[in-house]
Amino acid sequence: MTLTYTPMSEIPKVVQGLRSAFNAGFTRSLDYRKQQLRAMYNMISENDAAIRDAVFQDLHKPPAELMIGESGMVKQECIDAIKNLDKWAANRSVKTGIVNKFDNVHIRKDPLGMVLIIGAWNYPLNLLLAPAVGAIAAGNTVLLKPSEVAPHTAALLTKLLPAYLDQRAYRIVNGAADETTLLLEHKFDHIFYTGSGQVGRIIMGAAAKQLTPVTLELGGKSPAFISRDVDIAITARRLAFGKFFNCGQTCIAPDYLIVERGIEDKLIEAFKASILEFYGTSVQSSNSYGRIVNKSHFLRLKALLDQTKGEVVAGGELDEDNLFISPTLVLGVEKDDKLMEGEIFGPILPLMVVDRLVEGVKYVNQGDQPLALYVFSKNKKAIDYILDHTRSGGVVVNDALVHFIVSNLPFGGTGPSGIGNYHGKRSFDVFSHERSALIKSMGMEKLNDLRYPPYSEKKTRWLDWFLFDKASFGGKAAIDNATANPPPPSTTTAPSASSTINGSSTVSSNPNGRTSSPALPENQHRKAAAKSENGSTSHAPEASTATTTTVV
Amino acid sequence: MTVSNVLHFHTDAEIHKAAETARQTFRSGITRSLKYRRHQLEQLWRLIDDNTDLIIEALKKDLHKHKNETLLGELVPAKEEINDALKHLDEWAKDEKVVPALVNRVGVTCLKRKEPKGAALIISPWNYPFFLTIGPMVGAIAAGCTAVIKPSEVAPHSANVMTDLFARYLDNRAYIVINGAAQETTKLLEYKWDHIFYTGNGVVAKIIMRAAAQHLTSLTLELGGKSPAIIDEHANMAVTAKRIAFGKTFNAGQTCVAPDYVLITAKAQEKFIAELKKALEELYSKNPQSSNDYGRIINNRHFHRLSKVLHENKSGDIVIGGQTDEKDLYIAPTVIANVERDDKLMEDELFGPLLPMIQVADVDDAIEYINSKDEPLALYIFSSNKKFANKIMDSTRSGAVLVNDTLMHVAEGNLPFGGTGPSGMGAYHGKKSFEAFSHERSTMIKDLNPISEAAMSVRYAPYNDTNLKVARLVLESVPRFKKSFVLKHFKWIVFALIFGVGLKKFF
Repeated sequence: MTLTYTPMSEIPKVVQGLRSAFNAGFTRSLDYRKQQLRAMYNMISENDAAIRDAVFQDLHKPPAELMIGESGMVKQECIDAIKNLDKWAANRSVKTGIVNKFDNVHIRKDPLGMVLIIGAWNYPLNLLLAPAVGAIAAGNTVLLKPSEVAPHTAALLTKLLPAYLDQRAYRIVNGAADETTLLLEHKFDHIFYTGSGQVGRIIMGAAAKQLTPVTLELGGKSPAFISRDVDIAITARRLAFGKFFNCGQTCIAPDYLIVERGIEDKLIEAFKASILEFYGTSVQSSNSYGRIVNKSHFLRLKALLDQTKGEVVAGGELDEDNLFISPTLVLGVEKDDKLMEGEIFGPILPLMVVDRLVEGVKYVNQGDQPLALYVFSKNKKAIDYILDHTRSGGVVVNDALVHFIVSNLPFGGTGPSGIGNYHGKRSFDVFSHERSALIKSMGMEKLNDLRYPPYSEKKTRWLDWFLFDKASFGGKAAIDNATANPPPPSTTTAPSASSTINGSSTVSSNPNGRTSSPALPENQHRKAAAKSENGSTSHAPEASTATTTTVV
Repeated sequence: MTVSNVLHFHTDAEIHKAAETARQTFRSGITRSLKYRRHQLEQLWRLIDDNTDLIIEALKKDLHKHKNETLLGELVPAKEEINDALKHLDEWAKDEKVVPALVNRVGVTCLKRKEPKGAALIISPWNYPFFLTIGPMVGAIAAGCTAVIKPSEVAPHSANVMTDLFARYLDNRAYIVINGAAQETTKLLEYKWDHIFYTGNGVVAKIIMRAAAQHLTSLTLELGGKSPAIIDEHANMAVTAKRIAFGKTFNAGQTCVAPDYVLITAKAQEKFIAELKKALEELYSKNPQSSNDYGRIINNRHFHRLSKVLHENKSGDIVIGGQTDEKDLYIAPTVIANVERDDKLMEDELFGPLLPMIQVADVDDAIEYINSKDEPLALYIFSSNKKFANKIMDSTRSGAVLVNDTLMHVAEGNLPFGGTGPSGMGAYHGKKSFEAFSHERSTMIKDLNPISEAAMSVRYAPYNDTNLKVARLVLESVPRFKKSFVLKHFKWIVFALIFGVGLKKFF
């Protein structure tokens, strides 16, 4: 199936139309927004069969996966938005300080304007329409750009959308790199992109020219930590679900496993049992298993399997004509393996075996912050340690993927896994500007005279009395070594396991952190500071690992 | 300490070291402890409290800023920010519980953890050197980030004072000052930061955002724009004039939220000018140059920029002021009436004590003009008529909107401060500052209980119609507009039935 791209000459007209629609102001009405959201809901629920068919042709996606991961979620977002819109869009009152005590102070939720949403192919419906729900709810006009890599879904949406939503305010543009580049030359008030970091950089760079804010939903290598004490059967089942859902083509799929040594064989057996349970003896003939989206992604994954130094212990079957790759486990993957370079985004699951999970924490921290991080463990201290010492977009303990469907949890990355987040009310916030409003009366000008020139000592004293809070922590302490940095805890007594986690944060406090005296000239002073930096930071990581290996 | 105007620029090696140190210190985890953060915030408060006179002196030298303006515009709000953060830190940093949907409700904890983003870069401007540096720093410290701070080299006295004081009061493994100009900033931007907080102008902001895009770094940009003041012809002109005069001449107009120009009807113009003249005389006497209370233009370059705009402007009549003195970097509070809409004065943010006035036919005309330009950082409306104000608020966009006053929203710690579109992205002050430097990490904690596992197996393959139906039932709610009468009013029908049956039984 070929998707008809929007002619390049059409694009400026579409953008212009959406801009004047926003300026006309009709999208600001709450009734209008609700009506459009209802139409969006109807569009999905009335065309269930057609959507199923289109997504199946693009990704061989089973209807249950479509319902759980896409259509059901978008509908739920519509319902939530319709139900809560009055609340979300209402002005928020604010507690006022003494200066504006008698005035009306609140935060308005104004629409940003005209926004661009660029969808992804792996969840072609959800990742395009779920952000659109937020944009519509917030009162924006929206330009949607579906992924051309899932052409059936894009074509279907292009057909359906005008039949349900207001054509003046919500439009679809189809195309590939050229069309997107042309779109990005226009000034939008927000750009919401879901996809890869590489394109994310291009989009943010283009947005910089117009100072357009961006939400970037990217990916990353999301690790799953598995400790020795878990219920292996349940762990394997949940991970198999998370990894092979949509054939591994999920931005938050567990990318690789960090397994504590000793359980890897049992874990692999349990995985095999789960795969058998899910997809039967012949995975390829199962209706419950997806396919790789296209040839280039298939070849990319095939190359990874060819180049890995690890051992394929389950699956490994490929069928190029059918774009099929079976659920595959690779054991003995080292840190420098090909599989550990980029996000895998396919049904290949490397297992990295470590002696202690703390090694895994170190390894994860060397790389970019992932979009999700999974921990399977029964030990609360180990869980807390991992959560406290890593960074990631989201984190799930003892399950995979499921945080995605909790609409009250903001969904998004941090660092290279993304900027900004959405779902539920947060989607509304993404596309709203919190406009601070202060409404004063014209009265009491005599009191206001205090802040106007001509300034005098008397006014200064009054101002001082009025405005300066006295410190609540015992104010004017002279600065000396003891107060400039928190005192280090004594290192001679061995701290108990529970206190080490908190303790490790202060262990590295340097008692000489403020060695530089104000009398030193500039450059010497920097040197002195540098010395203390060196001293402190070099032993800090050691301190934290030394004290915590007892826990993990 | 004597305040020097010779600013020592840092070398590439020092910049490298600072970036590395900030990252290493963050990795070591010391800044994550709440005790540590609170201590640093207290130190920052003491820094201001102990050195108020020194700071006043530095600002006098940089900007001829009067003590009261320093207090009101810099130190009071900075201390308020610190107090606010100290007071609420526990509350802000606490995990936020979230109620999950039905499927995840049993045996599940859903949280939003508030985690520091990492090592931040804070670049601050010269017009409010202390407040616009310390304000974001409060957010970074409160959130548990480390930070490299780059004060503006255009206000060298203040930069020197900050370099010295931050090193003396704060943990200089975590908070490091780097001084320099474009070259040093470019070098800083080559490193990967976890957040960049920039206050300044749009031209530099674009460069910063492009650099940030290379590392996919999140940003807060606090920029400016031409903030209009719209005056209703029925407004109280005396108070309006006073408050506009105050907002425009505070810091000699070098305020990002200063009213940039006035929109007024021909009918009201004359009265407004007369009141404005009176107000300015009250503020700075007949000769503002001799007033101790009136600031100066920061440097020669900006002085020339402003006098060029003033002289190259083709339309309009100077009705107040117009005097300049290059040696003193003095420009009098200047009001230019009847300016054409596309004239030189209306191109860029003025950022000086020049106030153009544009005649509009009515409120619709004013709205149309505002919407033809970029979204400003602030929008000022002077009117006692609610309808008039609401109409403007509902049909324009701006960072903030203020009715019947200027600047004062900045002093309100609970109001997020920030622009929209070309006037900036992201907001701060109060809790928002903490949020700007925090990542809300969605967290879900489940157990490995076989019973809940059995309950959940409906989501697993092999997929068939049964588990699709069950999943639908559990996951999908029916929207109110789709419900039949019975479902919509189910509760009430049940209630009525029970009540009705109950009554029958009773009698």
